[in-house]
Amino acid sequence: MNEGLSKAAARNIFYGGSLFFFLLFVGLTAHSHLYIVNTSTDREGLTDSVRHGKEVWEKNNCINCHTILGEGAYFAPELGNVWTRFGGRENPEAARAAIAGWMRAMPTGAPGRRQMPYFDLSDAEMNALIDFLRWTDAIDTQNWPPHRSG
Amino acid sequence: MKYETQRVAYPFFIVAMALFAAQVSFGLLSGAVFVWPNFLAEAMPFNIMRTSHTNLLVVWLLIGFMGCTYYLMPEEAEQEIYSPKLAYIQLAIFAFAGAAALVGYQFGIHEGREFLEQPTWVKVLITLSFLMFLFNASMTLLRGRKTAINMVLMLGLWLAAIFWLFAFYNPGNLSVDKLYWWYIVHIWVEGVWELIMASLLGYLLIKMTGVDREVIEKWLYVIVGLSLFTGLLGTGHHYYWIGTPGYWQPIGNVFSTLEVVPLFAMVVFAFYMFWKGSRNHPNKAAMLWTLGCATVAFFGAGVWGFMHTLSFINYYTHGTQVTAAHGHLAFYGAYVMLVLAIVSYAMPQLRRVQPYNQVLNMWAFWITTSAMAFMTFTLTFAGVVQTHLQRVMGMGYMEVQEQITMFYIMRFGAGVVVVIGALLFIYAVFGPAREQAPAYVRGASATAD
Repeated sequence: MNEGLSKAAARNIFYGGSLFFFLLFVGLTAHSHLYIVNTSTDREGLTDSVRHGKEVWEKNNCINCHTILGEGAYFAPELGNVWTRFGGRENPEAARAAIAGWMRAMPTGAPGRRQMPYFDLSDAEMNALIDFLRWTDAIDTQNWPPHRSG
Repeated sequence: MKYETQRVAYPFFIVAMALFAAQVSFGLLSGAVFVWPNFLAEAMPFNIMRTSHTNLLVVWLLIGFMGCTYYLMPEEAEQEIYSPKLAYIQLAIFAFAGAAALVGYQFGIHEGREFLEQPTWVKVLITLSFLMFLFNASMTLLRGRKTAINMVLMLGLWLAAIFWLFAFYNPGNLSVDKLYWWYIVHIWVEGVWELIMASLLGYLLIKMTGVDREVIEKWLYVIVGLSLFTGLLGTGHHYYWIGTPGYWQPIGNVFSTLEVVPLFAMVVFAFYMFWKGSRNHPNKAAMLWTLGCATVAFFGAGVWGFMHTLSFINYYTHGTQVTAAHGHLAFYGAYVMLVLAIVSYAMPQLRRVQPYNQVLNMWAFWITTSAMAFMTFTLTFAGVVQTHLQRVMGMGYMEVQEQITMFYIMRFGAGVVVVIGALLFIYAVFGPAREQAPAYVRGASATAD
């Protein structure tokens, strides 16, 4: 190692530099927070139903099979754009019925195919979950994913 | 072992290794579902297996880190542990909380953010236990000698606790949720845990190579500096596609590419000290895990991380099996091997015997590490094919999965071998101690400490 660098200097660079990058990171995060709330997500659309839908999403541990915006378990399809994939942008009512019908038909029991469990959701929970997925679909994600297939 | 209270580490290692065995078993179950999709579909759905697999990993690593801290702190601080009793109580609380979460998962009791599935009361207990641990270790440090090793280690542990507090913040806006979720997940594994890793490696190298502390500690500051300078803004590679501003793409590209530098520095550090060292330490198994840790962390976290970190590549690979490949090798190299290195180093002293079962331990090293590498290769191939078919060609997810079944079969085979390797390791450290050493150290009069 460079003999010119003393241990005390290395320590000071570590503490000082880390603090600098931490503050920079916090600053950028704060800006990103405001950007998300004001620009990239639908502030008015974030209704109680969407919030409730997020709770339904979490209560049923969906993330440990599916992914949402690419994060999750990679075992089942991406759901960040499932609304688009079911044609919700063209025909919202049909998409809503199709997603609900799909979930209610689980598990398929088809041999050799991954099984999604049956989730006993009330109509209100189902609607809230779909509202949440619809809201998520509208997030400005820098055009990710590349295809409707997610 | 110079200090009596270093023995506090023993039960921590036992609990950690038991959970390690459980973790790889749940991994094997999850891997089986990829091959036989109906496997246990009714009894234990995939999401529960996967939650158990990831949670057990994090819990046993944390318990392992605590054990490592209790083991090295008396030697570094030249001071007995502040309160061994507090350590045992704190371990009991942590183990109870972890077990309660695990049992609850099997009955569908969980929250639903990835890795943070523990019910709130479990999170509170984990926080309480961790704070008791921090108090105990910090009091020991405050009364004793402050070295770069124990200062950086405690800083890493404190920061891990502070960032963990974001687990209690769950906003209704999914993008805001993800923004701060990464404050825990990324800043732990690619930030403050690297402080823990570098300081533990530094400790092992001081002990086993006999290289001057001044030299090692200078390296340590340089490495942890590079880790945080790159790792904090490197979080940007998680902020590409979740509703965050576009400027994270250039920031993430630059800083997360640089994240490879501290990982490479750790390889150079470990091998340079190993060659430079004059000391012929008899615990060859611990040395092997130490060098292996730095090396596999460089490949798993560094090379496999870099492979998909650039935004214009990540646009296609994000959330595919490429991520799974990286996750497996990175965690194994950086943190699993780290704890196994310390366990291999400390156990002979804790059991008051000369290094034992070394050949078996080294078999466990090669078997587990080769199998993890093979698993990573299969998942990488799976991920590349998936990326092409799904993200470039636009084929549907399930259709693509059928195309890559062959890789999942090979991954399952690798998983079986990992479980065997892990069990061999556990047997080597806890089983009957036989005076087993490689031929080139047999008969050497060197003693371990």
